[in-house]
Amino acid sequence: MPLMPWLHCLRGVVSRELLRFLHQRSRFLAALVRPLVWLFVFAAGFRMALGVAMTEPYQTYILYEVYIVPGLVGMIQLFNGMQSSLSMVYDREMGSMRVLLVSPFPRWYLLVCKLLASTLVSVVQVYVFLAIAWWYGIQAPPLGYLWILPTLVVTGFMVGSLGLLLSTFVRQLENFAGIMNFVIFPMFFLSSALYPLWRIREGSYLVYQIAALNPFTQAVEMIRFALYERVNLEAILISVMVTLVLLGLAILGYNPSRGMMARKGGGGD
Amino acid sequence: MSGLPVSDRDDLSRNEEGGLALQVRDLSFAYGDTPVLASVSLAIAAGEFAVLLGPNGAGKTTLFSLITRLHDRRRGEIRIGGFDVRHQAVQAHARIGVVFQQPTLDLDLSVAQNLAYHGALHGMAPREARARAEAQLARVGLAEQRRTRVRQLSGGQRRRVEIARGLLHEPRLLLLDEPTVGLDVGSRRDLVEHAHRLCAEEGVAVLWATHLIDEVRPADRVLVLHRGRLRADGRAEELVARLGVDTLGEAFDRLVGEEEAPCP
Repeated sequence: MPLMPWLHCLRGVVSRELLRFLHQRSRFLAALVRPLVWLFVFAAGFRMALGVAMTEPYQTYILYEVYIVPGLVGMIQLFNGMQSSLSMVYDREMGSMRVLLVSPFPRWYLLVCKLLASTLVSVVQVYVFLAIAWWYGIQAPPLGYLWILPTLVVTGFMVGSLGLLLSTFVRQLENFAGIMNFVIFPMFFLSSALYPLWRIREGSYLVYQIAALNPFTQAVEMIRFALYERVNLEAILISVMVTLVLLGLAILGYNPSRGMMARKGGGGD
Repeated sequence: MSGLPVSDRDDLSRNEEGGLALQVRDLSFAYGDTPVLASVSLAIAAGEFAVLLGPNGAGKTTLFSLITRLHDRRRGEIRIGGFDVRHQAVQAHARIGVVFQQPTLDLDLSVAQNLAYHGALHGMAPREARARAEAQLARVGLAEQRRTRVRQLSGGQRRRVEIARGLLHEPRLLLLDEPTVGLDVGSRRDLVEHAHRLCAEEGVAVLWATHLIDEVRPADRVLVLHRGRLRADGRAEELVARLGVDTLGEAFDRLVGEEEAPCP
């Protein structure tokens, strides 16, 4: 089969996602305000209580604000990925998933296009956030901003696939608050996004173990090291593997003969 | 570069020689233990206009979901233009256009952007998609509204955009799932008229699902679906004559009322 139609399909899905994003300014603002509130309010307030000692990959003692920036980058992607994957199946938007799936291209390819598109949107959000953080005084080595790009793509696919997978077996998807409470918050709080793992261990060994097993921790560490021009091979390997597994399961979930469509029907009659 | 759907024109002409745009054989489907469709068989010729008439819950949307392969845990066979939707999904999908029951346009994007997206999903180059979009929009009388945001269009106009979108990739079969829901009388009449013209002028086969009897013309072929079974298949006027009633409405009542009051 010729290559060009595949690229046209990818371009179409990506440009639609970017256009929609540009038209939904409130969504963009919300996506930006959330991490900024954490950075300006939470981190500034907790700076004293939670000063972070020297720890990899940082070369010196750092301020708490500096520590949580990679975690907030992960948070932006987590929210964006969940929202974008789940919104496809929301009642009103159920249609957009149907439109996507009547395309003659194989379903796995359509889902990968969709995930790539939402990942790109989250990458745009991340760089705007990092620009504001730079202006605020949290500055990483310039090349670090380039290094994180591949890690952002992996993280975007990881959380996006997780969202798709959830959409295949959670029935009451209308309830985004439920996903917040049971998926997004635990993933975010039980990770190294806000506190280094060694510090969590001082508090609770159980929580430490959970956080160490949380794939989101690996994603955040992968981003953190890359931002400082370092490679955390373990974090990268685990993140990539988790992403591939989630992606595979999500594609399986959308298989017309076994996935959610078969169980839930398509609405309507 | 004509994109994915028409890259195998030869196959198309060869396979459609038989002239069947849609062929459904012995199709059964259940959600869990609830049967929704029971041994449904039907065939629609190229360029034919057929109305799938049934009350709400008859299984019309399910039938469409199976034809478009939104899901396919079912028994039976479905072919589009000769291609099996399960085993030759790419070719089969390329030959179906769909207008869904719920509106599925991006309200914040322009008409042209919506159509460009659909063209891309069918593997078309931007220029080709644009040319086809212009032609389709002109046909539904919306050429002027190319750059208008969908949100600013009326319900009837949105439906026409969806029909233009469904035809963008030149399918041989257009499925419309209760397309007139929520439209005023004038728009409904226009839409029915437009669909008939498509069959006559373009040779597109149309399967029009509805529960509204007044959308059926006497010469239309009617497939009456009720509780997952096909109760009748024939021209509306013939159906009326055969059942010895005066109107299609009475015929319909007779057919879907069978279970409550079985007729001999």
